[in-house]
Amino acid sequence: MHVPTSAAFKQNAHAAIDDPGLQKALARSGPSFIARRAAAAAALPEFEELRNTARDIKNHTLAHLDFYLETYAANVEKAGGTVHWCADAEAAREAVLKICQAAGARTVTKGKSMISEEIAVNDHLEKHGITPVETDLGEYIIQLRHELPSHIIAPAFHLNLEDWEEAFRKSHTDLPADRVFAERRDILTEARTKLRARFLAADVGITGANFLIAETGTSVIVTNEGNGDLTQTLPRVHIVLASIEKVVPTLEDCTSLLRVLARSATGQDMSVYTTFSTGPRRDADLDGPAEYHVVLVDNGRSAMIGTEFQDMLRCIRCAACMNHCPVYGAVGGHAYGWVYPGPMGSVLTPALIGVDQAGLLPNASTFCGKCESVCPVKIPLPGLMRHWREREFERHLTPATQRRNLGLWAWFARRPSLYRMATRAAAFALGVAGRKRGRFARMPFAGGWTQGRDLPAPEGDTFFARYAQAQRDGTLR
Amino acid sequence: MSREAILTAIRRGLRRGALPADQAAMLRGRLAQHPRQLIPARSRLPHPQQVELFVRNVEKEFGTVARVASAAEVPVAVADYLAAQNLPSELVMAPHSELQAIPWAERPMLSIRQGRAEATDAVAVQHAFAGIAETGTLMFPSAPERPTTLNVLADTAIAVLRTSRLVGAYEEAWDLLRAELGGMPRNVMLVTGPSRSADIEQTLELGAHGPRRLHVVLVDDAG
Repeated sequence: MHVPTSAAFKQNAHAAIDDPGLQKALARSGPSFIARRAAAAAALPEFEELRNTARDIKNHTLAHLDFYLETYAANVEKAGGTVHWCADAEAAREAVLKICQAAGARTVTKGKSMISEEIAVNDHLEKHGITPVETDLGEYIIQLRHELPSHIIAPAFHLNLEDWEEAFRKSHTDLPADRVFAERRDILTEARTKLRARFLAADVGITGANFLIAETGTSVIVTNEGNGDLTQTLPRVHIVLASIEKVVPTLEDCTSLLRVLARSATGQDMSVYTTFSTGPRRDADLDGPAEYHVVLVDNGRSAMIGTEFQDMLRCIRCAACMNHCPVYGAVGGHAYGWVYPGPMGSVLTPALIGVDQAGLLPNASTFCGKCESVCPVKIPLPGLMRHWREREFERHLTPATQRRNLGLWAWFARRPSLYRMATRAAAFALGVAGRKRGRFARMPFAGGWTQGRDLPAPEGDTFFARYAQAQRDGTLR
Repeated sequence: MSREAILTAIRRGLRRGALPADQAAMLRGRLAQHPRQLIPARSRLPHPQQVELFVRNVEKEFGTVARVASAAEVPVAVADYLAAQNLPSELVMAPHSELQAIPWAERPMLSIRQGRAEATDAVAVQHAFAGIAETGTLMFPSAPERPTTLNVLADTAIAVLRTSRLVGAYEEAWDLLRAELGGMPRNVMLVTGPSRSADIEQTLELGAHGPRRLHVVLVDDAG
């Protein structure tokens, strides 16, 4: 079971900053995600407008979620599939186990699914003598290393080539010990061979779903490797694990969301395999599963509806927010302590495991706003994190020093002339002291803060002073 | 029961009971009409340019394309491709009437089995239902004559597509599917390029679990 360590975010973050392997991985991969998304968005003139379309489709669906879920379930059943409604993680784990046991399953292959991590279904299957095998390359090594994914679309984001080699040598002991891993391709080839045998032997295949389509009772998965398709095509039983907010009305609505998904995620125009599954194998079909089950999971989503956090249910799990987040870029995904990292995790995790457990996450933000500016469904992530901070403050979960300092700040803020004088003096002093280098690598009383970052030196006067000056000069635009 | 509990919780959040009949009817109308949303202008082109856009996009996604003037030239195109890639001339082919009508016997070197793909098949020839120019995407709805395993199991995937089946945007392909198949088949795959993974150090490598190569034989029948 994944015991959340979100409450230890500070310690986790310190350890992450001091981890040279992780820092190497973050420095290597961070900038490329940003550049690829920017290029893909720039190549499609309608991209910005499509973000509005995507947001509106999701909002429309959430406003009628009960109707679309019932329609979806009825259409799954019409196509010969079975829907298992599960209120929480425990019910979902049990539903999956029961289907596997009824199928007499010994091995279960799995496509990448975040909800599967959330409900920790692998541990549950193992406990009952069924072997789950992750088949997405990133998830595969995470499973070998007994870790959680550190990123929602690149689970092994935190690993370097040497980590792959080490895990493969340790796990694939049937292969010659003197084999050479000269390049990434050698890793990929070994994984492909190992997993091919698993695909063919599996009794049940479990996938997630990027979307569920009400109109047709269809589940949709998006992959680049093709592992999800082998998982859901070859075994006798296919289980779809999906949370309730994945439903959209029609194929056309799904198509509009697909247009922003891959571009926001990997910077591809379209992922390699976008697959629409509707029920089990038809009579004369030569392949496909004989049974098709959907395990439909609530696990805290319905409680977000009608609250300020409803907007979070628009999330299509593209990871653009974490790819652009300076905090994620500094500490990686594991520091967040549970399944969902980055800005979307900072909003979702407190809703799913409690603000008392995960209250530090919405505080781990500079509110730079980059996440909201790239979100394909325009979730106001910083605003939602602020809501969590308020709830935390209201419930007196904030540390005493922080409450004291906030009180001090509030005392100044209520005395504008004093506040302006003090900030002006501070800006002037810091500006003079930092004129040469433009930043401070060390500050008295803030050693912990400057250990991982530099404080930029103020370039001149405060905003208030500049604003007043511009008003006087008539240069205000 | 979980179903009722979940639906009740949703309705409580939405501050209403079950949807009133008139609103439900409106939503059912929207489902029946499945209105198109914003469609990018890039694929709104005369058909010959759509074909060119399709080819450019397949190649951008690391696929390859061979254009032939008629179905009779498909066997040569397939044999030449396999020879150039140093691949065996044994293949498994979709039992689709359009593929069966191709004069394969004129290339006796090609050994062809019809059916679904098995783990031992190295090369698969599939019938493409439609091509989508917008992103260089192939559409494969499952059917007895178009088994899903042919899309993903073999190392080399070859798709035969007629240019008259090439459309601009995904929405046009959905319309074709609805009009010709009447409903959703068990499986519809949209395929854009060969299999790949960037899970190792976020660096792209082709050939993860699906085909390492995707080759499109484009038969010119649009006139």
